[in-house]
Amino acid sequence: MNRSFIARNPSVLIFLAILALFTLGVTVLSEGFGIGLISTSFVKVLGKTLCLCLIAIAMDLIWGYAGILSLGHFAFFGLGGYMIGMWLMYERTRQIVVNSLSDGVLPPTPEEITAGIGNQIFGVVGSSDFPLIWAFADSLVLQLAFVVLVPGILALVFGWLAFRSRVTGVYLSILTQAMTLGLSLYLFQNASGLRGNNGLSGLQNLPGITAPQSVVSLWFFWASALALGLGYLLVAWVVSGKFGSVIRGIRDNEARVRFLGYSVETYKLAVFTLTACISGIAGALYYPQAGIINPAEVAPIASIYLAVWVAIGGRGRLYGAVIGTAFVSLVSSWFTGGQAPDVPLGFYTVKWVDWWLVLLGLSFVLVTLYAPNGIGGLIDLLKRKRKETDA
Amino acid sequence: MSTLLEVSGVTVSFDGFRAINNLSFQIADAELRAVIGPNGAGKTTFMDIVTGKTKPDTGHILWGGKSLSLIGMSEAKIAQAGIGRKFQKPTVFEEQTVQENLMMALRKDRAPLAVLFFKPSKTDFTRVKELADQIGLADALLRVSGELSHGQKQWLEIGMLLAQEPQLLLVDEPAAGMTPAEREKTTAILVDAAKTRAVVVVEHDMEFVRRLNCKVTVLHEGAVLAEGSLDHVTKNQDVIDVYLGR
Repeated sequence: MNRSFIARNPSVLIFLAILALFTLGVTVLSEGFGIGLISTSFVKVLGKTLCLCLIAIAMDLIWGYAGILSLGHFAFFGLGGYMIGMWLMYERTRQIVVNSLSDGVLPPTPEEITAGIGNQIFGVVGSSDFPLIWAFADSLVLQLAFVVLVPGILALVFGWLAFRSRVTGVYLSILTQAMTLGLSLYLFQNASGLRGNNGLSGLQNLPGITAPQSVVSLWFFWASALALGLGYLLVAWVVSGKFGSVIRGIRDNEARVRFLGYSVETYKLAVFTLTACISGIAGALYYPQAGIINPAEVAPIASIYLAVWVAIGGRGRLYGAVIGTAFVSLVSSWFTGGQAPDVPLGFYTVKWVDWWLVLLGLSFVLVTLYAPNGIGGLIDLLKRKRKETDA
Repeated sequence: MSTLLEVSGVTVSFDGFRAINNLSFQIADAELRAVIGPNGAGKTTFMDIVTGKTKPDTGHILWGGKSLSLIGMSEAKIAQAGIGRKFQKPTVFEEQTVQENLMMALRKDRAPLAVLFFKPSKTDFTRVKELADQIGLADALLRVSGELSHGQKQWLEIGMLLAQEPQLLLVDEPAAGMTPAEREKTTAILVDAAKTRAVVVVEHDMEFVRRLNCKVTVLHEGAVLAEGSLDHVTKNQDVIDVYLGR
């Protein structure tokens, strides 16, 4: 079965090969394991980009294939980051507290350690008690499970309510925006128990690991590449068979699929939940590389950017989502990172930090109007050209 | 012949307008039936009610030998119970191939997990091939259905309905926009299908109805005005007044 799936989808193999080559190339050029041409901070940028590509694949599945324009998937991404962040922050703080208390004459009691950790983590929000949601923060296994479960359950409940009421189109998009805005506002409160607007920080430091960041950054880079490869395989397989037929059918004519006897709501819910879980995993790999997560990350605009990336890359084709995301997010960090040279016009100087968004907005409008298939559409064009010359 | 579908005393109002008014009639197993009537007679609303798209205000709809009530069931459940519907405008999945369209319609487990792990067997491919033969699209199996002609799309949709193996087929104006040759073929497909299941055809075109050569139900203002052979109903004075006389 696997052979025929790959045989039917040669683009999957090509993508995996390119990803493997890219990973190898970055490793060879890195500071941690190679000749040091690529700085550690840029390895992190690339690793984060791979995570964004992973959530873009999820976005392409829900939007490009199933036709549901969700503008809230960064909520799931952020939740994944928070879940792993809780363990990272707890465990590292615990080790620091234990170390500093071990200088005393008597060994510290568990109560002293807990109070110490609580002070360290929640001091910024004027508290030292552990909120209930930190109950399992000491368990890596459970927090890893939460990376998938928490976004999954939120998507299941939200999706069940929305799809059962047959909310579709732009109304559903608005609802998903409300969901991510609601989550963001909730997390901003100190009472949410996740340190309010401070968020979780120091996530780049793995507890108990003494390896330098140049090495740790590569571990995460590899993990991100592996996750992206597996995610690509999974989603490509999901859309390749009859399931793919059904969800594309839902995108093109929902009522017809219903009269064929398929429960459209169940399918939408399944896709929504699956993509939320993938987004959670992408977030859990992203934020340890970013080092910090705060509620601004799940602001409504983040999920809109995600839709823009996928649209520019070309929806309904997975490589398009990856290309669009990698291209736009890398160019974006170049423009907003102050590396792009200012353009002096005499009467006015174009500063890219401010004008990049205008450029991005313009290209989005142009792509929507003149190239609805995005960058991926170019590849389709090339394929067709080659077929014609073959024939 | 036993009753397959029994509609009794069904009424539906939209904002006070009675689209269906105390409608009652029956369809038997393996029967071909034409439903005619002027615009606004309630033909499409009747289909909406039977397929679960519209909920009636009052009345009963009983289905099959076990007299299952269809009211309150979802569209998907009703379709799974054995009622297939063809829309007026041909609605096939235009970005997918003829084969993918038919494969999706084949009578199989419709649960997401079963569909996800579904792998078509030889029998499934054979069945799809047979259906394609029946609707004259055997050479077009791998073509994207959006490229098909209007008539071919209509047949593909009928083929998808046959693939569902329904006991009752509801067909809305199948001959609209077809050439005379295409009409003839459509008639043949429908008459053939009605040998093994009930087929209800909603139609405007009298010539097409005459060719179907079956029992006719005339709807008017949401109720049955007359029923019988085409010759019988066209002689009915009420029918002449409201429909044919215009």
